[in-house]
Amino acid sequence: MKEKIKDFISSFGLPRLIISAFLLALFILSPIVGADLPMQITNVINRFSWNAVLVLAMVPMVHSGCGLNFGLPLGIVAGLLGGTLSLEFGFTGPMSFLMAVLIATPFALLFGGGYGWLLNKIKGGEMMIATYVGFSSVSFMCMMWLLLPYHKADMVWGLSGKGLRTTISLEGYYDKALSNFLQINIGKISIPMGALLLFALLAFAMWAFLHTKTGTAMTAVGSNPNFAKAAGIHVDKIRMLSVVMSTWLGAVGILVYQQGFGFIQLYNAPFYMALPAVSAILIGGASVNKASIINVIVGTFLFQGIVTMTPTVMNNMIHMDMSEVIRMIASNGMILYALTRRSEVRR
Amino acid sequence: MSSVNQKGGSRSVGKTVRSFLAGNSVPIMFILICAVCIPISGFSPDYLLNEIITRLGRNAFLILSLLIPIMAGMGLNFGMTLGAMAGEIALIFVSDWQIWGIPGVILAMIVSVPFSVVLGWFCGKIMNMAKGREMITSYIISFFINGVYQLIVLYMMGSVIPIAHSSIKLPRGYGIRNTVGLLNMRQCIDNLLAIRIGGVKIPALTLLIIALMCLLIVWFRRTKLGQDMRAVGQDMQVARDAGIQVERTRIISIIISTVLAGFGMILYLQNIGNLSTYSAHSQVGMFCIAALLVGGASVDRASIGNVFLGVILFHLMFIVAPQAGAKITGDSMIGEYFRVFVSYGVITMALIMYEMKKRRQKASIGEQLALAQKEGLQHE
Repeated sequence: MKEKIKDFISSFGLPRLIISAFLLALFILSPIVGADLPMQITNVINRFSWNAVLVLAMVPMVHSGCGLNFGLPLGIVAGLLGGTLSLEFGFTGPMSFLMAVLIATPFALLFGGGYGWLLNKIKGGEMMIATYVGFSSVSFMCMMWLLLPYHKADMVWGLSGKGLRTTISLEGYYDKALSNFLQINIGKISIPMGALLLFALLAFAMWAFLHTKTGTAMTAVGSNPNFAKAAGIHVDKIRMLSVVMSTWLGAVGILVYQQGFGFIQLYNAPFYMALPAVSAILIGGASVNKASIINVIVGTFLFQGIVTMTPTVMNNMIHMDMSEVIRMIASNGMILYALTRRSEVRR
Repeated sequence: MSSVNQKGGSRSVGKTVRSFLAGNSVPIMFILICAVCIPISGFSPDYLLNEIITRLGRNAFLILSLLIPIMAGMGLNFGMTLGAMAGEIALIFVSDWQIWGIPGVILAMIVSVPFSVVLGWFCGKIMNMAKGREMITSYIISFFINGVYQLIVLYMMGSVIPIAHSSIKLPRGYGIRNTVGLLNMRQCIDNLLAIRIGGVKIPALTLLIIALMCLLIVWFRRTKLGQDMRAVGQDMQVARDAGIQVERTRIISIIISTVLAGFGMILYLQNIGNLSTYSAHSQVGMFCIAALLVGGASVDRASIGNVFLGVILFHLMFIVAPQAGAKITGDSMIGEYFRVFVSYGVITMALIMYEMKKRRQKASIGEQLALAQKEGLQHE
């Protein structure tokens, strides 16, 4: 029995166990300390629907052995370009969301292509360079948001009439475009079916893709590049494809996030957006070279659960909001754990 | 190689010029940026010289702390932020004890050492568990420890750890304020023995401390431990076969780096004169690393010369870019964003160049091995 428990802990991972237990404790505690439980559940489901696609964007690159996509901000930049251009061209309502995705796609393909080409040149050092490619692209776009000729009155600074604002309200555009679509209300709990359906669709497409011939090749490249090469798989091409997919999902992911959140955040906002997504998929049970759709779902639920539940429960319990600190320690600790695990597997 | 050089004199000159340009492309690019931006910005030479010398005194020590892990083959130590946090914690304590001036600075340095050692040991230990991934690991460690730092400073100081003075505490009774004033400590080291030439103030003592540190690093490279570190940096397996305790040597190099970063942060903050409790350390690693790389260093090779050239060029760009950007585009924010972009861009380029070089080396070693094998077969 003792052995079995030990096996379970080592396969599941101690940090993951602690985080799951912590979330469970939060759910149990929340009615006791007087927090509104249905409201909490609604929040968790909502935040899940905002973030799940961004976490899904990690999957292809992990599968092809490119490691965790710390360069997610590059995809996010493509999404931001799509969103702002869709507004600039005068689309409104849910139509603007569709157009944002369509406009973001060529940017994502272009950026992803360049990024994939770069990552093929530097095999083995992907994660660090990905981080800095993300940072460089975000800081480059900081200049571009000021310089690009946007003119729409509710997007640019009122006084000078040029340069985009740091946050742009999406009211009247694609604010809640997906969340309100087919929304279900059960008692006090409301479920944003549209956003969840889109995620389900993308996740299913990803699952199906990973079972096609190309998808299997991708997994082969990730688990053993030499073997894959010997089997006649074009390794660089497959890696490139995975990076483009990751980047495109990042672009769609940020648009889904924006429609839930209600604002476009520009300039410095995308800098650290990769870290929550990375730690979410790791909490869900993925490792640096293995990730599944289940990892995405479980991880996003656990991570967002902790992010939304901790502040309210903590506040009600000890009148002290330590949620930010707990989130920082838990999420970065999880990434550290995963990074140190990899070498053990390799040795 | 030498025979090629002897054959064609003019061609080899062209070759050396080209290899010099290729090897120093980043500093040359920065000299060009500065050469364009300085006249546009319209700053007087006196002002620029003053600023450069101030920033040299402020930053050089911090950047020196990066050299030793590079020597030990552990790449750019993004975990130097840990040392910066240790220095800040020491400064918080010292300003709570109301010990000011130079005694305060020295005491803060002494207090910072145990924190730095513990953090450096932790960082080194984890980096040993993630060999080949040192940089991304040290980068995430800095985020992780930042969380722990906030837990201690924001929640435990004043409630668990006694803090006497309410002037540095938040009004709620625990936690440290967003800024801790170090006015009584401000530039105490810089002003002692300061020399004024024309309008330019030279903080002689600070520069002397930095010079001493440089000598210490030069000396350290020649010690047994320094040699061991170089060996570990060259090839871990060979070093291990030669009887060097690789793991221990690597941990020591990170501990030294963290302790030096702590001292550097204290010197930096005594120059600034106030401590932004929750944000002072967040960018320090990025700017120091960018400055070192601008000076012509790479991930596996850095010298003291790179540090000084880097500080001068990087901070020259930092001073003139916003003004020049404002003059050109009419928007001061452009220059601000530009310098941040350049910092990240330089680090990205350096990392890419390093990884490509590593791959090329690996490939050439493979080819040599194959060649040697072939020759061996022929001999048989």
